[in-house]
Order: sequence, then C-alpha cells, then structure tokens
Amino acid sequence: MTARQKSVDVAARAQHKYIPATDAEREEMLRVIGVPSVDALFADIPAAVRLNRPLRLPPALSDPEVVAHLRALAERNTHCDSAACFLGAGAYDHYVPSVVWALAGRGEFLTAYTPYQAELMQGELQAGYEYQSMLCELTGMDVANASMYDGASATAEAAVMAKDLTKRNEVIVSTAVHPEYRQVLRTYTGPLGITVAEVPHRLGVSDAEAIARAITDHTAAVIIQHPNFFGSLEEGKALADLAHRHGALLVCAIADPLSLGILKPPGAWGADIVAGEGQSLGNHVNFGGPYLGMMATRQEFVRRIPGRLVGATVDTEGRRGFVLTLQTREQHIRRERASSNICTNEALLTLAAAIYMAALGKQGLRKVAGLNLQKAAYAKEAISGLRGYRLAFDAPTFHEFVVRTPVAPEEINRRLRRHQIIGGAPLGRWYPDLKDGWLVCVTEQRTREEIDRLTSALEEIG
Amino acid sequence: MSAKDFPVIVELSTPGRVGFSFPEPDVPERPIERLLPVDQIREAPPGLPEVSELDVVRHYTRLSHRNFSIDEGFYPLGSCTMKYNPKIHEETAALPGFRRLHPYAPAEEAQGALQLMWELERALAEVSGMDRVTFQPAAGAHGELTGMLMVRAYFAARGEKRTKVIVPDSAHGTNPATAAMVGYQVITVKSDSRGNMDVRALRQAMDESVAAIMLTNPNTLGLFEESIVELEEIVHGRGGQMYLDGANFNAMLGMTRPGDQGFDVMHMNLHKTFTTPHGGGGPGAGAVGIRSHLTPFLPVPVIEKEGDLFRLDDARPQSIGKIRAFYGNFGNLVRAYTYIRTMGADGLRQIAETAVLNANYMLARLRGRFDLPYDRVCKHEFVLAGTRQKKRTGVTTRDMAKRVLDYGFHAPTIYFPLIVEEAIMIEPTETESKRTMDEFVDAMLAIDRETQDNPDLVRSAPHTTPVKRLDEVRAARQPDLRWKTRP
Repeated sequence: MTARQKSVDVAARAQHKYIPATDAEREEMLRVIGVPSVDALFADIPAAVRLNRPLRLPPALSDPEVVAHLRALAERNTHCDSAACFLGAGAYDHYVPSVVWALAGRGEFLTAYTPYQAELMQGELQAGYEYQSMLCELTGMDVANASMYDGASATAEAAVMAKDLTKRNEVIVSTAVHPEYRQVLRTYTGPLGITVAEVPHRLGVSDAEAIARAITDHTAAVIIQHPNFFGSLEEGKALADLAHRHGALLVCAIADPLSLGILKPPGAWGADIVAGEGQSLGNHVNFGGPYLGMMATRQEFVRRIPGRLVGATVDTEGRRGFVLTLQTREQHIRRERASSNICTNEALLTLAAAIYMAALGKQGLRKVAGLNLQKAAYAKEAISGLRGYRLAFDAPTFHEFVVRTPVAPEEINRRLRRHQIIGGAPLGRWYPDLKDGWLVCVTEQRTREEIDRLTSALEEIG
Repeated sequence: MSAKDFPVIVELSTPGRVGFSFPEPDVPERPIERLLPVDQIREAPPGLPEVSELDVVRHYTRLSHRNFSIDEGFYPLGSCTMKYNPKIHEETAALPGFRRLHPYAPAEEAQGALQLMWELERALAEVSGMDRVTFQPAAGAHGELTGMLMVRAYFAARGEKRTKVIVPDSAHGTNPATAAMVGYQVITVKSDSRGNMDVRALRQAMDESVAAIMLTNPNTLGLFEESIVELEEIVHGRGGQMYLDGANFNAMLGMTRPGDQGFDVMHMNLHKTFTTPHGGGGPGAGAVGIRSHLTPFLPVPVIEKEGDLFRLDDARPQSIGKIRAFYGNFGNLVRAYTYIRTMGADGLRQIAETAVLNANYMLARLRGRFDLPYDRVCKHEFVLAGTRQKKRTGVTTRDMAKRVLDYGFHAPTIYFPLIVEEAIMIEPTETESKRTMDEFVDAMLAIDRETQDNPDLVRSAPHTTPVKRLDEVRAARQPDLRWKTRP
C-alpha cells in the first residue's frame, strides 16, 4: 500500500455529515466490488494527470463558523432592507408575500429536477402549466414556455426565433431597450449571422420614423422594450403595425411584468413574441440572479419556441395529468438542429411566479401596479420641481423615469448614502449623451416618507 | 375538469376573493387617465385566479405532495448528480445582505458579495486547474455557449478560420446544439469498444478546420477517458481547443484536474457538483473555467481585486460581451461557496472517492442480472442495458423505469447515452448510504424477476403514483399548454 493510499483509506477519517459511508461500510463495499482499495477504482486515470497533492483551499468550517463567515460577508453589503432603494433598471425591489417562498422553498419542489418521470412529478409539472397559463393571461399571448434564463437571454432567443420564423437575417433594436439586453442580443446573434441594427431612441422612446427608414425586406424583427429602459411607455401598436407591414415580427421585451397589471398587454396591441424578465413575480433582487426569463408567443409559432413546454394530457384511466411536450424542438432529441441548446432553465422561479400571481390574483396585480404608478408619479413631480433637476423626457412612464441632475449622478448617489438611500442608476456608462441622466425607480416598497427624504436630500445636494 | 381530476388553481377561483394585502397609497392619488394615455391602459384585469391565501397554501402544498424530491428519497438520475442539498445553503443564500442586494448597487456597497464571488472563483480555479472562472452563465448549457463563444473569439483574434467542432457520439445533446448556436458544423466521432472516444477516429477527423473538441470526462457512460493524454496531443497538435463538459466533475474532485488534463475551457454545473438545489429544472449555475490564453475573451464584467477592494471590470475590448444581464445566478454562488467552505480540500476529495465507490458497489450488485455494454470500473455512474429483459418478454427499459417509481424511488436516467440500446444510467452520488443503495438494488433485482414472472405488472406501471401512465402522444398531437377556463 502506498503512502497516499494510507492517508486516504486508513488514516482516521472524520465522518462527514453529508457523506454517510462508514469505514466498515467502505470495507464491505470494496469487498463486494472485489478491489483492495478505493484508489484501485481510480487506476484508469493516467498517472500523468493525477493530482498528487491536496487541493489548496481554505480549511473546512463547521456549520456555526460557516454561517458566521457568510453573515459577515452579507453584512458588508448595503441592500434594499438597510436603505431605501431607488434603483431599478431591470431589477426591481417589489414586496414578496411570505407565501411565495414558504411554498416554493419546500424541499419537495426545491430538491426535485426536470420532470423526466412525469407520473411522479405532477406537482412541478402542474405548477409549470399554471405558470404558462397565468403568464399568457398577463401578457395577452397564446402560449408561454416554461422559462428561459433571464430577460436578456430571453430577448436574444426571441431574435433567433424570429430569424427561424421569417427566414430573415436582420433585427432592429431600439436603444431604449436595456443596454445589457442589447449586449446579450449581440452575443447570441453574431455567430448565427444575424445583423443587429441599433436605432437610436428619440426623446426617450423608440423612434418610429428612424425604424421605418431602417426596416427592409430582410428585417426579421423589431425589438422594443415596454415600458422601455428609461421607464417610458412605447407606442407599441404603431411599431407592431410598422413591423408587420414589412413582414417582420414585433418582439416586446418586458423588464417588469407588474406593469401589465395596469398597462394594455402586448398581445392586445400586436406583439408577436413577448420576452422578458420575471424577477418581479415573487423573486428577490438577489444581486442579479437567479432570475426568470419569460417567453410567450402566438399559437402559430409554438413549434419554434425554445425551451420546455408543459402540456395537459390524460392518464390510462382518463385522469388529467401533465407532461413535458413538443420535445422534438429540443436539444436532447434534435441535437445540433434544436431551436436552442437550453436544458436546465429557471423552473423553481416559474413556481414562485405562479404562486405570486395566484396570491395577488385578478385584483392584486392591478392594485400593486397602481401603487407603483402613483408613487412614482409623486416622486417624479417632487424631484422635477427641485431647482437644477428636470425630467429628461416627456413620455408617460410607469414606475421609472430619467432625471437630469445638476451634479453627476454618481456623486449624488455617494452623498445619498448617509441618508440611508440607494440612489438611481447613473446612465452615463451606457449613454454618453446622458452623463447627467439618473434613472430613478419607485416601487410600491417605497413610502412617502422615503420619497420625501430623497427629495430633501437632493435639495441639499443640488 | 372531471371529478377525479386534481384541480388547477383557476378552478378554485371565486369572484371577489383575495390573497394579498397592500396598503392604500400614502401619496396623493391621481386619476390614472392623467398619468397614462387612455389607449395604453389595460381594459380588463388579467384573468388570474381569485383565491384566498389559504387556498394558495393548500393548493401548492398539495402539489408538493405530488412531487418527488431528494428530500423524500433516492434519486439515481444519471448525469444529474442528485446529491443532498444542504439546508444551511438556503439560510446563507437568504441572508438579506445577499438576497436583497441590488445588482447595480455601487461596488463599494457590495464588497461582501464581490468578495464572495472572488473567493469562489479562486476556489473553483484551484479545484479545476483553470486560471479564471466566470459565473455569468445561468446553467450548464449556457456555460457551454459561453465557453464555445470564447473559443470562437480566440480563433477570430488569431485570424484563423475554423468551422467545425468534434463531439463524441455519447455526448449530451446540449454539446452539438451549442456548437450549432456558435455557428460551427458538428462532426460526430464514435466511441470505441471500451467506451472511450476512438483515438484513431479522432486522429482522422482532426485537422486545422476543427476549432474544438467537446468532451465529457468521465464521459456519459460513466467512464474515464483513458486516452485523455493522447486525445489532448491530437487536438492541441492541430491547434484545436479542448472543451470539457463538466457535468461529471463530481468524480474528479481532488483526484485529477481538467486543467492538468489539458482542457482549455470547461463548465462546472454548480447545481450538480456543488449541490445547489435543482429546483425542478433550474435555477442552475454554469461556471466556466478557462486557461489564461482565453482570459481576454471572458464575458464582462470580470471581478478584480485591487488592494483590499473588489471591483467589476467592464473595460475589456476583446470580451465576447455578455450572455445574460448582470453577473449570473448569484444566489447559487452563495450556496456553492458555502458548500466549498464546509467541505474543504479533504471533504471534496472524499466526495469523489465515495461517489465512485458507491457507483461501483451498485454496479457490482447489479451486473449479473442486467447487460453491461462496457464492462469496466466506472466512475461516479454506470450504464446498464435493458436488452436482456426486452428480448425475454418485451418489457422495455421505460417499463422498468416506471416500475421503479412504485418502489418509492426516482428512476435512473433512461435511453441516454444514445449509443446504448435500452440504456439505464445510475448515479448514486456520495450522499447516499449503503442501506439506501441496497434497497434500490433489491428493487431493481425484484423488477428483473417481475419482467419474467409478471411482465404485465411492469408494462402497466406505475401503479402507485398520483396518476398512471400519461398519454404523451396526445399531449404532442393536441397541445394543451394553458387553461381556457375564465376565472
């Protein structure tokens, strides 16, 4: 026996709580296998590529130690509970009802996987069907898939889907779409030979005239965001009509689906594919993830939608049941001809979204959307009334708006810290002509007192 | 809905009922028509259910009882590494400083989160033998896409035009699908009689038009690629890149490192190896490790440490860009980091050793009664074939898998990899006890007997699940993807 084997097999091994095998059981298993040592089971790894030293990692911690360590790290962050957060820009601090994670966090859901054995996994399959149904109700679309990774990648996949549907190779995207969504769009489309034409926004909304000039017979899709990155409402119907006149599809990205509690759904004004970010539906901001990529479309496009779909069917006794369906679109069957390579998605977050939508229901979505609208309107009026501050754009908004500031937005945010306020997003990093642009978001979580505190602090700073 | 159907939530709806509580506005309320153009206002509320909070709680609790999970029982789903998901991870990921942290919080206000990502990157680089790691991909396939985009950018920067990617015939479907998404033509190379990639076939297929080979190691047969050193020489000899699908990384921890095997880029499924919960099919996290020559192409932002401060670096001109918004599935990074700090170096090595020991033990107990197409020491999983049973009485692997459910276990992965007829792929993981594995093996042996003594019992399985066998053909022919009920 070599020295190394000894250290592994014989030396006192601290029994680990996640690894139940005892030394006696190891011996018994080795005997049944018919090998002298665990090391023999690794003999097929060529010596040249074996690791002959311990990994250089920090020492293992006990449970109380690891919790204390993680708590210390967490406490170094300023978060939405320790300060009043006016940041949005694609990640929204909405109230998450206790029922959402009390239920979605149940081990029966949390520690399950993709429902490969449908009969045993009716819980998550049915929840997926309910999510698809409720997302359709919210967006006004015919069918929704069982999730993409996030709003940005869903938007990019929508562009690829539009290419497949139209057999055209160009997409037009407004610069009023989230800058990171556009970055992801370029990453996904480049290798597939899809050209992305960015059309500059005009006064904070997509420029219909410029899009009309850019659109051609090669345009697969016009991509907008609604409300857009600046918080402004788009003229969705006019843009959809424009796209359709040229045989192109209208892809509508939605960064905050709670807006649909009060805004006309994209399905009602002609969007062909709705892609977007479902984080607002019962999920926390989580430093950017996990989030929930939403995708919904028209019935006739269902066979080109990427990702998983849950369908209702019956069992041998005629009882309703649910399965993953139309799987011939997917990578595990179609391989290099699949509509996407997506496999693991964000299933747990569709469950959380379903619970959220069910709990808020028909009236709650409208209620919470109204709170966002009213509070943001109050803040918008108060801030734009301050000396030196003005609204960058005139278009109507939902819960976000752009303010031009007398002091650089980054500096304002720095000074707001001692007021326990997390300021809005400075826009200069994405829009050089908006170096004084500050994207402020006011959700239902913000109180009048917090908004007033922000306003007086700005007065002091400006 | 018929009386015997389990209701969907909309069927519980009663007009006027609510399940939420929000305050009245504390700001002066304006008429909506003054705030929004009339033609932009939703005419009818969305057709969502009207249910009470208790309705919601009961409904989803009952649904949870109609679901199988690791918390409930053994889940030997090969290739998925369904190990125990520690409860402590849920506590650390839910700390307000992480869960309630906005992604655009200024870096100075997010130092704890950035430090965690930086430390996790260091740890995973050490475990994998890679130089840098990005956390942006949301899942394994997303990691493949990220990695292969970096390969593509690497060749573009060198002015080399390479058009093909080689995958073995045993590969996960995501590998060829990814190569196609990155614009490569897929060349499939067959496996040899020992279940390795065929060295001669690779040598023939490999030339200067091939950008990369995408390998899984241990491969999807659960076997270590014994010729890895030769494969590496062939691919690198022609200037190609080595991509590792790290789905099976669990078997390697502390024993061998992909970087030392010559891989240039790999993804790690943090939801498999580093046990962030699978959540019914996500969220995952697909960390991608790379060797230093690919560093310029990493997605932005990259976390850098300057003195004691961590910052996000966006100014990277050769970057492939972004593959999702923000920085990745951060909540799962907290879980993976908690896990690595809990296990330490010795613990990680024990994971690999025990996972491999467990798999070989189950294989030893099952091999006499099931066909074994590749008879070798396995790594963390192994692949049997249901061919003997099928030949005997026509009972298929699918039938046997359904019958496994009646014994209180999840079924193994079936019909994958595609190169094994009637494949049954079993992965116990290190977190299962000998007793549990014995119970499962006993069930498999009993089912084998049933295929001979009472084949109809197996063919009509499952018998104890909430529903019986479901009509998948009908689901596909008459797609019903949403309710039509109006609440």
